[in-house]
Amino acid sequence: MPEIVSLRELAPKIKLFEVKAPEISDKAKPGQFIIMVTEEKGERIPLTIADIDSEKGTISFVFNEVGKTTKQLGHFKKGDIIPNVLGPLGTPSEIKNFGRVLCVAGGVMIGPMLLQVRALCQAGNRVTTVIGARIKKLLFFEDEMKTASHKFYVATDDGSEGYSGLGFLKDVVSKEKFDRCVAMGPVVMMKSVCEYTKPVGIPTVVTLMPIMVDGMGMCGACRVTVGGETKFGCVDGPEFNGHLVDFDELTKRQRMFLPEERLSSLLWEKVGGEVFG
Amino acid sequence: MAEAKPKPKLQKEAVQMPKQKPEVRRHNFVEVAIGYSEEQALAEANRCLQCPKPKCVSGCPVEVEIPAFIKFIREGNYDASVKKVKEKNSLPAVCGRVCPQEEQCQKQCVVGKAGDPISIGRLERFVADWERQRGIDPPKKPAPTGRKVAIIGAGPAGVTAAADLAKLGHEVVMFEALHLPGGVLMYGIPEFRLPKSIVQAEIDYVKKLGVEVRVDSLVGRTYTIPELMKKGFDAVFVGTGAGLPMFMKIPGENLGGVYSANEFLIRVNLMKSYEFPNYDTPIRIGKHVAVIGGGNVAMDSARCALRLGAEEVCIVYRRSREEMPARLEEIENAEEEGIVCKFLANPVRFIGDEKGWVKAMECICMELGPPDESGRRRPVPIKGSEFVMDIDSAIVAIGRTPNPIIQRTTEGLQVTKYGTIVADENGKTSIECVYAGGDIVTGEATVISAMGAGKKAARAIHEYLMKKPK
Repeated sequence: MPEIVSLRELAPKIKLFEVKAPEISDKAKPGQFIIMVTEEKGERIPLTIADIDSEKGTISFVFNEVGKTTKQLGHFKKGDIIPNVLGPLGTPSEIKNFGRVLCVAGGVMIGPMLLQVRALCQAGNRVTTVIGARIKKLLFFEDEMKTASHKFYVATDDGSEGYSGLGFLKDVVSKEKFDRCVAMGPVVMMKSVCEYTKPVGIPTVVTLMPIMVDGMGMCGACRVTVGGETKFGCVDGPEFNGHLVDFDELTKRQRMFLPEERLSSLLWEKVGGEVFG
Repeated sequence: MAEAKPKPKLQKEAVQMPKQKPEVRRHNFVEVAIGYSEEQALAEANRCLQCPKPKCVSGCPVEVEIPAFIKFIREGNYDASVKKVKEKNSLPAVCGRVCPQEEQCQKQCVVGKAGDPISIGRLERFVADWERQRGIDPPKKPAPTGRKVAIIGAGPAGVTAAADLAKLGHEVVMFEALHLPGGVLMYGIPEFRLPKSIVQAEIDYVKKLGVEVRVDSLVGRTYTIPELMKKGFDAVFVGTGAGLPMFMKIPGENLGGVYSANEFLIRVNLMKSYEFPNYDTPIRIGKHVAVIGGGNVAMDSARCALRLGAEEVCIVYRRSREEMPARLEEIENAEEEGIVCKFLANPVRFIGDEKGWVKAMECICMELGPPDESGRRRPVPIKGSEFVMDIDSAIVAIGRTPNPIIQRTTEGLQVTKYGTIVADENGKTSIECVYAGGDIVTGEATVISAMGAGKKAARAIHEYLMKKPK
């Protein structure tokens, strides 16, 4: 049973859970994700795997308490069991010696990026990492990333830590040569990373987490347009060539159920939170 | 036994199935068909001629001894009746509801030549429901054979194979990728046609036979078939079904509000979004809904949309009524509820609003040309006949293709160009210990044909296991 063996609050409302799931940890590779259900009436939500410990038989993931399900998940304690965890899903990241790799991560995706950075370094790459958040206090894994990477930058939207915004990337990619860029984070962030890497011709992979239901190719809720073709985020992805992704369509599709998501979240805050403890 | 045949003159008309009235049922998800009362069941059972060489049995993919179970209903011995059915069919409450009997057992019925055939499905449902209300007897556990079988996919094929193998004394573990077992019975067929509590009860019965069900286990990802063999399974049955949605590949298909039938039905049936926000998974369809396709899945989608509060639901089908693959009964049910069919029309593009939500669908009129490879007349677009329908959502129900994960992760497993697994009539595949059946072999078909395949494969697996040296 997927028992929570440890948990950490990485930043306000951002938590890391380590969960016992030996079947998943046996198989999981960087870039893959899990789908979970937190209660009988719950929805199925995808979360990218942030760490794998096959000896302990655990996997970890990072989430932000933004919606009903993640808020509820935030109430889970050490020793609690998550009713349903399915995985590993999606196609694993391509990890090999590319040469020089630029990794850019924002928000909760800083979590899975650490796994990615470590794997890329192990494969012999020289890795430059950029992590970003809206404001300083939402940053996490700074020390871990610094240690894992060859070069390290921080950026915040308001400039409260490191660079202000991602504008400095223009400089970075023009002064240094990169063989590959990996971007994980909010759609706007990945889109702007692609705008910097495209003119200088750095192949860029982005990790897309569109709305999903089953997560294994059955529903097609997660369809994204890549290079003019419809792909399924869950089975064809989650990683795609960022220079070919239709980010505007993705943004609109992610907002499809915004009113319903707000209602659920509000109801949870008014009623659910108390019932759940 | 030469039991006296009921000599009185033939009752040509079948006892009608009581149903919720259309104007009521279009607003709720409660089961449409209410089921026979004891009197009705008895009256219908009395119509059966008890043929010494029954034709109906030959029409049943799982070979239920139909006259025998009907005879027990006449005698009021429902317990014996349901046990008779269950000798061959582990899911009678499901089959009594969703089998296309008019194409199978009832098509063969001799009474049908002079009037309505015996309502075999309704009688099957009657005894199954009677048993469930009374409480299902725990089945007898056979002596263990010491052999272990993995069943991949807890849908109709897998559940049938699992039940039959467990009855023969094999240790059976059934792997299901979703968080609930039942496959298409759970995620595809709506509550008002097949209540989920019934599916649950049938699965519980199979569990009582000793079958272990492991949900959240995607074979091919969580484990592969070769790994299962290493873990000590002696044979594997693959019943992973046809679960991948097909799209039309026309402009605007990725707009918000354009759903695959699979997404729509998974949200509504499996995730119970008709109870949102009590259940977390949302669905939004608006007032005007277009459903594209002419099969049972299109009917189910249209009827769900109506129950979710749509004012107008229009089924858009590129051929005419005669070519519709849906069951006649389902088309009638849908039309009674007020669903409109637009025949000989085919969408060419979707038009969206500034937020990326669909607001209209452009279609082109079709005419029927010469027959195609399916034997049905091929629809051909009529130039310049385009028209636009204002819609708030669209459900694309044009078919499903086989789930590919097992085929991709099992070396040596022979696959057709359509992505289905190659298997002989007993389900034997190109790998010695691996069997397959249902939609994963045939492509999208019916629940009962999948169950029939599960049954045959179980028999073949049993023979294989008993011959195989330990």
